[in-house]
Amino acid sequence: MLKLDSLVIANGDFRLSADFEVPLGCKVAVIGPSGAGKSTLIGAIAGFQTVESGRILWGGRAIEQDQPGQRPVAMLFQDGNLFPHLTIAQNAGLGIRPDLKLTADQDMAVLAALDRVGLSGMGGRKPGELSGGQQSRAALARVLVQDKPLVLLDEPFAALGPALKGEMLDLVDALLRETGATLLMVSHDPSDARRIADQVILVEGGRAHAPVETHGLLDNPPPALKAYLG
Amino acid sequence: MAHRAQPVSAKPGIGAALCVAVLILGSLLAVVLRAEAGRGLGPADWQAVQFTVVQALLSAGLSVGLAVPVARALARRRFRGRRMLITLLGAPFILPVIVAVLGLLEVFGRSGWISQLLGAPVQIYGLHGVVLAHVFFNLPLATRLILQGWQEIPAERFRLAAQLGAGPREIRTLLEYPMLRRAVPGALAVVFAICLTSFAVALTLGGGPRATTIELAIYQAFRFDFDLGRAALLSCIQIGLTVGAALVALRVSSGDGFGAGLDRPVQRWDGQGLGLRVLDGGMIGLATAFLVLPLIAIVLSGVPGLARLPGSVWNAALWSVMVALASTAILLLLAVPIAAAIAVGRQRLELAGLLGLAASPLVIGTGLFLMIHPIADPFAFALPVTAVVNAVMALPFALRILVPRARQVVAEFGRLGMMLDMSGWPFVRFVLLPRMRAQIGFAAGLAAALSMGDLGVIALFADPEVATLPLQIYRLMGAYRMEAAAGGSLLLLVLSMSLFWIFDRGGRWHAET
Repeated sequence: MLKLDSLVIANGDFRLSADFEVPLGCKVAVIGPSGAGKSTLIGAIAGFQTVESGRILWGGRAIEQDQPGQRPVAMLFQDGNLFPHLTIAQNAGLGIRPDLKLTADQDMAVLAALDRVGLSGMGGRKPGELSGGQQSRAALARVLVQDKPLVLLDEPFAALGPALKGEMLDLVDALLRETGATLLMVSHDPSDARRIADQVILVEGGRAHAPVETHGLLDNPPPALKAYLG
Repeated sequence: MAHRAQPVSAKPGIGAALCVAVLILGSLLAVVLRAEAGRGLGPADWQAVQFTVVQALLSAGLSVGLAVPVARALARRRFRGRRMLITLLGAPFILPVIVAVLGLLEVFGRSGWISQLLGAPVQIYGLHGVVLAHVFFNLPLATRLILQGWQEIPAERFRLAAQLGAGPREIRTLLEYPMLRRAVPGALAVVFAICLTSFAVALTLGGGPRATTIELAIYQAFRFDFDLGRAALLSCIQIGLTVGAALVALRVSSGDGFGAGLDRPVQRWDGQGLGLRVLDGGMIGLATAFLVLPLIAIVLSGVPGLARLPGSVWNAALWSVMVALASTAILLLLAVPIAAAIAVGRQRLELAGLLGLAASPLVIGTGLFLMIHPIADPFAFALPVTAVVNAVMALPFALRILVPRARQVVAEFGRLGMMLDMSGWPFVRFVLLPRMRAQIGFAAGLAAALSMGDLGVIALFADPEVATLPLQIYRLMGAYRMEAAAGGSLLLLVLSMSLFWIFDRGGRWHAET
């Protein structure tokens, strides 16, 4: 279970507060207006934002002082998720061992992950040789082998077309069903939330609100959300 | 942000910077302690100060002013031989000064090609000769520095601009002016600082009371009069001047990168108008002629002597190659960690690099001589001292090449690396070094060739038994053995260029530059 305990995140002069829990295995969409702090919230959980006060707990253990790589977190950023000079297999393999000293079994795991995301036989290619959708799949293969219990998506599919984005979200949904990981996913689009999220966190006015059941919230939005949804 | 996590440790860089600081500040201290301030400056010394500043200002302004149109032409044109020309642009900067001066004399000298063409002898010695030589050396350096700025604009930006229907003018305001605002002040400051510490050019094309730089005055006080007190006093003035220039350089050179690209090859769609094509072609043609003619002259005059080189020249060549390789290794061990540390926020380490600019080779040489003198025979350390001093001298240039790229790599991939727990050696090995390869190769090439052709500190520590190749050529010239000097120059040219080419090419292998 992810617990944000009286958390205040600092990003320059901006402050974002959060105080709630996310159940284990839950898929949560983080929505809200531009600049409200959705990425700041995700970034703090991943360890890229300064925590001013409060705690971040995973399974009861405080993680807010841990290095980003030491946290139980696999994250995809808006862009720059792959190293352009490394092959797809190496990019994915970094999720298992950051020094890329993989055993034969681990190599097999990388191949299996690439197969699983639909990139069979493309392990030797560089990211620049792949389409946008394939690059997203490669990044998801790495998330798969990272095998972390908490997956954070900071709109990694925003540049893809609606059909492709939907396809990626379905793939994420399927992968998470297999691994049982918890998901926090930043999104601009309420239909993304409807598509795979069990719950929604609304970020606005310097606050990340506690997660609420998706359909109930979107069908009967409170005033702040209504203003955002239009 | 007290201690934000970073993908690379700054500690090795801090250690390297400390080594450099101890070496340079130690020699400066030795110089200051030895200087006889009470004696004051004579009129000749003041003249040297004035000459040094004036020629450096002229040289920097002319070099960078001409470099901008040349770099722009090279950035937006694709033609056969372009890559070769860009490699050639690296040549004069790393061209051994003594070789280049011989070449410039063949073209612009009293009995040179221009004089013969005009039917009247051109006077090359003095201020304009020194400035001419400095522009010859620094126009290409400035062009490459600015061209690198152009090439750091990702291909995607040009594609986007072309897609938006941007013409040359829009591309200028959208992409080029912001880049130039970052690149030009830095280039100006570097050229100015280089020219402040000009020694070998002044030694060969200047001289006399009206065209003596401070460096040359130090050398003369040291070698001719063995007046260590005066050499030290002049060194203090040199330090003051160059520290000032270095501080300016530090202030004017910072800015943001152009963001991440996907390593697509750069293609340009702008500047197809006839006027711009003629302008670009003309700039490229003129710059090429200015750079190539002296080099051709060296080759033509050097070939006859090459077959009958004395054994002393071959010995000196061997020493020079060993000194150059040692110097390159030392440089990389210093520069790469420092660049990484600067990239993760230790801005002030750039000072360590600029210390190399602040302290000229002859000043450090004087300082080291003063330090070694009481303990041992300084002349016995001629070669190791040369290797170390050359590495430290190359450090500012290496950092100027490495730091922007290191910053960019950390900005683009630092978060991803940390999320994947790659902090430390894995990030260095799999991300930082591979993505900096082209810049590391370029820096190593510069360092090797600079060391190979250095005629500075070795002239102070000269000893009849051991000589590097440039020193040996200088001696042959002094003994009026011009054929052997010309042959040795050609050998030196070939060796320097080969070292540069191997490193630079090695770094750009399989990479669009």
